[in-house]
Amino acid sequence: MINALVVMGGLSLFLGLVLGFAAVRFKVEASPLVDKIDAILPQTQCGQCGYPGCRPYAEAIARGEADINQCPPGGEEGVRKLAELLGVEPKPLNAAHGVAKPKSVAVIDEKLCIGCTLCIQACPVDAIVGAAKQMHTVIASECTGCELCVPACPVDCIRMVPVQEDITTWKWKYPVIPLKAA
Amino acid sequence: MRTLHPFPGGVHPPEHKLESNSRPIGSAPLPSLLVVPLLQHIGNPAKPVVEAGEKVLKGQLIGKADGYISVSVHAPTSGKVLAVEPRPVPHPSGLPALCVVIEADGEERWVERSPIDYLNLGVSEVRNRLRDMGLAGLGGAVFPTYVKLNPAPDAAIPILVLNGCECEPWITCDDRLMRERAPSIIEGARIMRHLLGAREVIVAIEDNKPEAIAAMGEACRDTDFELVVVPTLYPSGSGKQLTQLLTGREVPSGGRSTDVGVQIFNVGTAHALERAVHHGEPLISRVVTVTGNVRRPQNFEALIGTPLAELVKLTGEPRDDTTGYIMGGPMMGFDLHSTAVPVVKAMNCVIARSDRLFPPPPPPLPCIRCTRCAQVCPVRLQPQDLYWFAHARDFGKAQEHHLFDCIECGCCAYVCPSHIPLVDYYRFAKSEIWAREREKKAADRARERHQFHLFRLEREKKERAEKLAQKAAAAKATAAMPNPDADAKRAAIQAAIERAKAKRAGVVPRNVEALPPDKLQEIQEIEARRAKLREVMEKSGEDQA
Repeated sequence: MINALVVMGGLSLFLGLVLGFAAVRFKVEASPLVDKIDAILPQTQCGQCGYPGCRPYAEAIARGEADINQCPPGGEEGVRKLAELLGVEPKPLNAAHGVAKPKSVAVIDEKLCIGCTLCIQACPVDAIVGAAKQMHTVIASECTGCELCVPACPVDCIRMVPVQEDITTWKWKYPVIPLKAA
Repeated sequence: MRTLHPFPGGVHPPEHKLESNSRPIGSAPLPSLLVVPLLQHIGNPAKPVVEAGEKVLKGQLIGKADGYISVSVHAPTSGKVLAVEPRPVPHPSGLPALCVVIEADGEERWVERSPIDYLNLGVSEVRNRLRDMGLAGLGGAVFPTYVKLNPAPDAAIPILVLNGCECEPWITCDDRLMRERAPSIIEGARIMRHLLGAREVIVAIEDNKPEAIAAMGEACRDTDFELVVVPTLYPSGSGKQLTQLLTGREVPSGGRSTDVGVQIFNVGTAHALERAVHHGEPLISRVVTVTGNVRRPQNFEALIGTPLAELVKLTGEPRDDTTGYIMGGPMMGFDLHSTAVPVVKAMNCVIARSDRLFPPPPPPLPCIRCTRCAQVCPVRLQPQDLYWFAHARDFGKAQEHHLFDCIECGCCAYVCPSHIPLVDYYRFAKSEIWAREREKKAADRARERHQFHLFRLEREKKERAEKLAQKAAAAKATAAMPNPDADAKRAAIQAAIERAKAKRAGVVPRNVEALPPDKLQEIQEIEARRAKLREVMEKSGEDQA
């Protein structure tokens, strides 16, 4: 009886020490789940989800505060991937946060631009170049299409232009098989 | 005799070579308008260096190579640049791409041509010259030739293979080229061997081209090149399959033939290289087979940029039942969207399509898992599984099953009893995966830039706060420190005040100097009273306080 208690007690003490040591020695600094969620998000940094950027949204999802269907740029596929990662049922996009749109880039009408720098301050990825009282322009290859610069412009000289397919980005279409020749 | 090592699978479709290979290579007349795309090779498009209105000479540079995987583009004839604008190009998408449109002046005046002294120039210098000459593989893949002649430092290329297999049905441009210009091809191979430092040169030709074999054999007589006649089996002309056939070495998954010490060039590329090195001619023309549903199928040497409609006209009036044109062979080629597209470096063959020659396939039926596709796959893939994954858009699984080792030869679709367009599914899956990779890269860059943006805002805030703190501290310091300048100023002000006071004290009121003594006394009394009153008031004020 005593022997059994001593053995079991000793064993649990020893294992507890091992676990405690492991918890300290192999401590994970950041939550790897946040990184995984962040990797799925499209990095548009548009804030349509209600958080100031993709990473804060990822953190909110990881904490269980935000739902997985608040990211319109990620689209249904993004929701599906998040659902897969988190082991929950996918659901349609929440229309309150906007609807999925084709990928666009911002274009500044250079004739109208007054050089106020407000759009430069609004851009989350520093994709607009220019200086005070100088014309601004968007670096199209770095623009994520977040639309944050559009409301910032006091003269409404920024518009979103959908990205056109060219022969280097063109994709083979899913083979469509006619059921019956007309 | 070399022992051949047959690759797995392969098919032998009807050859249809006799239609076009009995006539010599015709020379296509100079068209009035040439449309030269700036992207005719694999890699980055060339950067245009001419503008609308500019006069150009035949062979003049009009597009400069941009980046490592890129080659230059040249004016195919002398004339005037009408525009640099997007025009329809031969591409499965049918989308337009940037082209230089040249109106020929008919003079065919050449730019100054300087042959390359490849024996005395450095190898790297010769390669750069070849890039500037616009050389790209003419077998159909148009990979920049100078890159292929630049093996990795640690990878020796002991074997150079000259590919004259031309295994796709209908195409005969290499066949005719070998028959008519064998010495030039062999000379080109000699230069390639020098640049690569290859020990052996093998010339591989399928056994359905006896005339070409004879001509090439004649040209090889004084060399140590080995002419190997390979059995006619599609796709023996594919680089990896030919490597295996000739050497028995299988190219590893995801690798290239250079990984097993073999570099392969098309015979057309060797010919173009000879023209570039010995005659200083950039790549501005190529031999194109025009066949299929046309009256006189033939090969033509056509300038790059020649509109397809004009090329097709050389074979006689187009037939009424022609339903379209295929670029390349029937196995790997694609349908062209219009006849306005120009001849490009990749265009080895144009086949006029008709329902008689190419009956539309019956509607596809479900896969019955007969695995005939797996039996003919030259890469030993499982096409039926790949089809299943691509069909279900399960791209991860497709990649796990080596989708990217598929060479899109079309053998599987050719034998499929259910007529499933298998290659279309693989192409769809591949381009989806590439698109995802592009998106992923863009997202990663956006994440990085956003993080830097946040870091920059934080840094600017800190810098501003530091600046303010510094300013405040400086102000305090100046107040505390004895400042000789300020002291002197203060002293001067004080002195001025004193001076003014003294002046005021010295002044005697003028209205009291000539008064009678009684008045004076009265004034003094009043003054005394006033002084007393002031004293009292001051006292009471102090008391109140």
